[in-house]
Amino acid sequence: MTPFDAAIAEAPSPGAWAGVTWSATRDLRLALRSKAELGVLLLFYVIVVTLFPLGVGPEPALLRALGPGVLWVAALLASLLSLPRLFAGDFADGTLEQIALSPFPLPALISGKIAAHWASTGLPLVAVSPLLGLQFGLRGEELAVLALGLALGTPTLSLLGAIGAALTLGVRAGGGLLALLILPLYVPILIFGAGAVEAVCVGLAAGPQLSLLGAGLLAAAVGAPLAAAAAVRIALD
Amino acid sequence: MTSASINWFRFASPASFFPLAGRLIPWFAIAAALCAAVALWLGFAVAPTDAQQGEAYRIIFIHVPAAWMSMFIYVVMAFWCAVSLTMNTRLAAMMAQALAPTGAVFTFIALWTGSLWGRPTWGTYWAWDARMTSELILLFLYFGYMALRHAIDDARRADRASAVLALVGVVNVPIIYFSVKWWNTLHQGASVSLTAAPKMAAVMLAAMLVMAFAAWFYSIAMALTRVRAIILERERHTAWVAGAVTAGR
Repeated sequence: MTPFDAAIAEAPSPGAWAGVTWSATRDLRLALRSKAELGVLLLFYVIVVTLFPLGVGPEPALLRALGPGVLWVAALLASLLSLPRLFAGDFADGTLEQIALSPFPLPALISGKIAAHWASTGLPLVAVSPLLGLQFGLRGEELAVLALGLALGTPTLSLLGAIGAALTLGVRAGGGLLALLILPLYVPILIFGAGAVEAVCVGLAAGPQLSLLGAGLLAAAVGAPLAAAAAVRIALD
Repeated sequence: MTSASINWFRFASPASFFPLAGRLIPWFAIAAALCAAVALWLGFAVAPTDAQQGEAYRIIFIHVPAAWMSMFIYVVMAFWCAVSLTMNTRLAAMMAQALAPTGAVFTFIALWTGSLWGRPTWGTYWAWDARMTSELILLFLYFGYMALRHAIDDARRADRASAVLALVGVVNVPIIYFSVKWWNTLHQGASVSLTAAPKMAAVMLAAMLVMAFAAWFYSIAMALTRVRAIILERERHTAWVAGAVTAGR
């Protein structure tokens, strides 16, 4: 009996929340069994951020001005790099088809997958970002706003990215295409996320940007799983 | 519904739409050519020289209609995508597919003429102005749509996948526009502003509107021409296509 069958047998009634928690725990368990992969992703983030001072020079004022943007662009790239993990493995071995056939609502199952994806790829970035911010001369409140902004913004990246990841399942030239599809949609999150830190840097309140990031997260949490579920069904046809 | 109405759904079939499109194309093409000629005459011969911007302002007679069409076509494309997803009609998906290149061309023209206008007016080919930046992102959205279509071999799957993408895109276009606008005002101040331009003379507005109609008719003619090619390509296994090709229609 596979864990999937077991979960189906255990499920009292195929409700949406049961679907979310089931697929989130399953994906988290799978992610924790390949910790090396997650470590590589985190190292990618650290290395990309480290490259910028090497490229533009180590002047503190310049780095302070670039810091918020660099940390956010690197987070976007790391999110993009992690997206194929979301569905590609399950698609290749047929699990995704079984998931789509299960009595749980597909958007709920996909919400769970996205939540697990964020917890395993986005959350580590949030945790390490204050450390990287220090390297760019950001201080106190700026670091807090950076981490808070990433905590609100990276789930939105996973949600929007899930649509792109589902649309490019089994498609030729998937990686580059995924970047073309998804990065334009990431623009508002980049603007508000980096804008929040920059606002604090110049002595303004970061409240509006953080509120907008939160609003974006809520809107994406409602809409993106539906679109991703539609895209998964199209890919499985 | 008392009148002897035409059954419009008849034209949802590629086989009956193909000859209709063929008959409509010349009319739209002629209308586009006439409007463009009138607009160019109004814009270049009748409209006075602008007091502040000199002759360079005449670029807006191309630029503004192209920018309008670039956004409008994306919305129309998303509309056909929604129709194709909900009603599962092939022709709606083909219309969306046919509109995308025209929309991308207008986006590119808007960017190109915008930078040509910016050089004499703002002193730079490219400014990170809110409109230019969001127009550039719109171009990326068009490219993404076309790239996704081309990456999927199965035409029906490509229809539905790209339809989802276009609908996600059309929800995001306003969000992108306002975020870029806000980002721009935070960073740039009011050093460059289109909105501070002086009030436009009536003849200038007329030239712009007529050119907008020309762009509109041109888009319809182009989309219909392209959709005919798409129909032939995708319905090539059917008997009526073989008949139409041999009859030379």
